[in-house]
Amino acid sequence: MYKRTALPYIFLSILLILLFMGGLVYGAVSIPAGSVIDILLGKDIGRPAWQNIILQSRFPQAVTALLAGASLATSGLLLQTLFRNPLAGPSILGISDGANLGVAAIMLYFGGTLSMVTELPITGYLAVIIVAFAGASCILGLIIFFSAKVKNNVMLLIIGIMIGYLASSLISVLNYYASTDKVHAFVMWGLGNFSGVSLQQLPYFLLFTLGGLLLAILLIKPLNALLLGEMYAANLGIKVKRTRIGILLCTGLLTATTTAFCGPISFIGLAVPHIARLMLGSSNHKMLVPITMLSGSCIALLCNILMVMPGTNNILPLNAVTPMLGAPVIIYVIVNRKNIQYFD
Amino acid sequence: MKMHTKTPVIETGRLSIGYPLKGGKRKVVHDDLNLQLFPGEVTCLLGLNGAGKSTLLRTLCGFQPPLNGTISLLGKPLSSYSQSNFSLTVGVVLTEKTNAGGITVYELVSLGRHPYTGFFGQLKKHDREIIEQSLAAAGIAHKAHNYVSELSDGERQKAVIAKALAQQCPIILLDEPTAFLDVTSRIETMVLLHRLAVEQQKAILLSTHDLDLAIQMGDCLWLQEKGRPMACGTPEDLILSGAFESFFGKEGIVFDPSTGKLNTEAPVDPIGIEGDFLVSYWVGNALMRNGYRPSPVKEGQMNVNCLAPNRLHLTLPGGEKRELTGVAALVEAVRSDGALSR
Repeated sequence: MYKRTALPYIFLSILLILLFMGGLVYGAVSIPAGSVIDILLGKDIGRPAWQNIILQSRFPQAVTALLAGASLATSGLLLQTLFRNPLAGPSILGISDGANLGVAAIMLYFGGTLSMVTELPITGYLAVIIVAFAGASCILGLIIFFSAKVKNNVMLLIIGIMIGYLASSLISVLNYYASTDKVHAFVMWGLGNFSGVSLQQLPYFLLFTLGGLLLAILLIKPLNALLLGEMYAANLGIKVKRTRIGILLCTGLLTATTTAFCGPISFIGLAVPHIARLMLGSSNHKMLVPITMLSGSCIALLCNILMVMPGTNNILPLNAVTPMLGAPVIIYVIVNRKNIQYFD
Repeated sequence: MKMHTKTPVIETGRLSIGYPLKGGKRKVVHDDLNLQLFPGEVTCLLGLNGAGKSTLLRTLCGFQPPLNGTISLLGKPLSSYSQSNFSLTVGVVLTEKTNAGGITVYELVSLGRHPYTGFFGQLKKHDREIIEQSLAAAGIAHKAHNYVSELSDGERQKAVIAKALAQQCPIILLDEPTAFLDVTSRIETMVLLHRLAVEQQKAILLSTHDLDLAIQMGDCLWLQEKGRPMACGTPEDLILSGAFESFFGKEGIVFDPSTGKLNTEAPVDPIGIEGDFLVSYWVGNALMRNGYRPSPVKEGQMNVNCLAPNRLHLTLPGGEKRELTGVAALVEAVRSDGALSR
């Protein structure tokens, strides 16, 4: 049993390094791998343009993809365990839409700062993160409220989708009254992008995502107990209410941070936990949480590479790539659900 | 009431169970319950749907607070237990749907060690020993490294019982553990629980609709019905005192104390049965199903002499005799001739 689990760790770690390096080497401008390594090691190779591309653009982009992938995948896993529904995910339950709404409010209505609503000098990305977090948490709170009333999993998903529509309709209203350039900026953001985090913003992004991922690791024991349901978990001494709030905070933080920086990214949160479970062959969170994080990073780094159209300077929107990887996984899982143990 | 030398592990005093409603009102499901649960015994909670079995179990499991009265666990009031202390005292087996298909039986049972393990749930050598003992005691050790999803319903129930054993609680409460099981798994589960009660001196309380098994395997029965006190005692005392009839005898249904079974109330024309014990028993079974009451042989009624399964002598009230070669033929003859002679 334990031999079996070491294999995915090794495989994913090697894949992660390869994809990370691939993301640095591969791009619209071709830079030899040797030079990339030299630049990363801080050597001056006398090509300032290359140095700029690697250090200012590709490196932060790859780090962002790595963490955003892990974050979204982890929040998907936490939601699937909490709602005991393998088809839950931040985008399906409307949590991403909540974050979108927050971001839309900032970008389209408040003009990029919170100065209109608060005295504090909260501006730029911090403002966006806070509002995205508020939006995501509100929707999550609503979903948890409804989950107490609606026990049927599919019905709950439909409620999540409805809440998502409500948030989208509010965004449409904001869009309608905003100026063209703001709408354009918002639409571009909505296509999804790992390149939105500059080297200067990277530390903030790191702080919030790593914080969320750490929190997820701290939740491993109660998450396992929740596999049996809340009553069993309570009988095993798990503080269910506290765990639920912990999961809410964790998914809210991870989804909001990623959405604020990279736009609403679909399918990674929904599909990656399935990839991880199928690869690992277990729902035990002790292994599943780290494997989900690693898989999420790998998938996001892969998407980051697939975004670059070969031989041209064109970049595909991120949300054009993620469904191509994610949707087939979900369809496979649904078609084969009778043979997949964790559905039982 | 039974005489007991042991001290009860659960004792309730004027316990009132139910739900708080909006506006400070309360829906009382059952009140004035004075119950005692003893170690080393299997106690079966019986009652029709809506009698409040689940409410009582949920209250004793600590999932919902009592409306009134006291519950004491091992001599201390339930309210003085912290959640973690409670998890060391009472283990539960519920009907709640689990999502544990993707973990192994071993991992499922190891969840029972949660109250004992640290922040990350790391298992120590001692924990592993307890898990292995629990797997063996529940008779599921051979499936330890199978996925829970690969188990039959009966094996799954054993795995969850092993989880409760790994929790090392003196009290185990089970909500309808034999529901959804096939007939052999039901018996296996009940035998397992009975063995655990005797060997490990656990106090086991389970709710069930399985009258036969409860009468057969229960050391003590609690009969619950709304609006009347709980009847508690050994199955035999409750049957002989008529408690069973008054709890389960409803319109169209009667409890038959001679068989311990529920029957539809039917016209009870007596038919005398004599002969081979086993053949008579099953001939009686077939006749009961067809609306006749087996009775001692008497003049002036139909009588059956069961010589062998294929030699059944039917005597009609007029004295006419017929020999029949099977129970089906007998039933047919009784029906047609019985109708004629009536």
